[in-house]
Amino acid sequence: MSSRAAEQTEHLEQASDHDAHAGHPTEAQYIKIAVILATITAVEVGLYYTSFSTVATNATLIVLAGVKFVIVAAYFMHLKFDNKILRRLFITGFVLASFCYIAYLLTLGVFQ
Amino acid sequence: MSVTTDIAAAPATPAVHADGHGHVTNTGLSNEKLAMWAFLGSECLLFGALISTYFLYRGKSVSGPTPKDIYDIPYTSVSSFVLLMSSLTMVLALAAIQRGDHRRLRVWLVATALLGASFIAGQVYEFTSFIREGLTIKTNLFGSSFFVLTGFHGVHVTLGIVMLLSLWNLSLRGKLPQEKSEVVEIAGLYWHFVDVVWIVIFTVIYLIPS
Repeated sequence: MSSRAAEQTEHLEQASDHDAHAGHPTEAQYIKIAVILATITAVEVGLYYTSFSTVATNATLIVLAGVKFVIVAAYFMHLKFDNKILRRLFITGFVLASFCYIAYLLTLGVFQ
Repeated sequence: MSVTTDIAAAPATPAVHADGHGHVTNTGLSNEKLAMWAFLGSECLLFGALISTYFLYRGKSVSGPTPKDIYDIPYTSVSSFVLLMSSLTMVLALAAIQRGDHRRLRVWLVATALLGASFIAGQVYEFTSFIREGLTIKTNLFGSSFFVLTGFHGVHVTLGIVMLLSLWNLSLRGKLPQEKSEVVEIAGLYWHFVDVVWIVIFTVIYLIPS
């Protein structure tokens, strides 16, 4: 490969390297995210001890777990910032698993 | 070959290094990172099967102990908090290597491994106390599905700790330069996945009463 082509490739690599980490949260933002996650966990544990309606409590617990799941995947695993292919790959596995097992449990009458 | 011909012969889509660390790929993504995400997608199916089995057998044990008899929610909440915080130390380790701070990388890697080890120690204590109270993997359907699910998760955490200590060792020997930060990122993906699986387990197994 000629020196000019090599330079061009190197430039693209550097650009890609820069882009790969661009937009990632800073350390202070990571700590804020961890505080949010810890707070949600505390709320979940608090809900466990409340005497509200079981259906409402369970629904809230599932929503809060979902929020924590999305926060970790989006910010700590960088799915929010990375290539869309990676996001689609993981979401495909997750959605496939969810549909497959919900259908399986419904068929066996687990939620009745 | 002339310079012009050389550039013209390059593929229409620039084949650049994924994150600047792997080899050249057509997608512009590193094969290793792509493989880890595909693996994590498949892990959703594994843990989905184990959680579904727990649901299927929930409340169907003909003899005790039952979840309400033996769960210690405050204790498990602390374990969950420890694992959640290990995700923070993991991203801080990644941020450290990305800016070339190898000393902090090692500090955060060891912190993550220690938090993971604390979680595992907590799980061993929990399993031991359950067995002392009469719940083993063979006692009833709850025992079988509970120990298999949480045991599989514990094995995943243990493998993650081995990965983290291997990275710490590589860094200590100077074999983990800044350009190879993607290795830490990939190990981090696995670690965070183990954390998100526990987020689901903690809610659906421990907090939602049967």
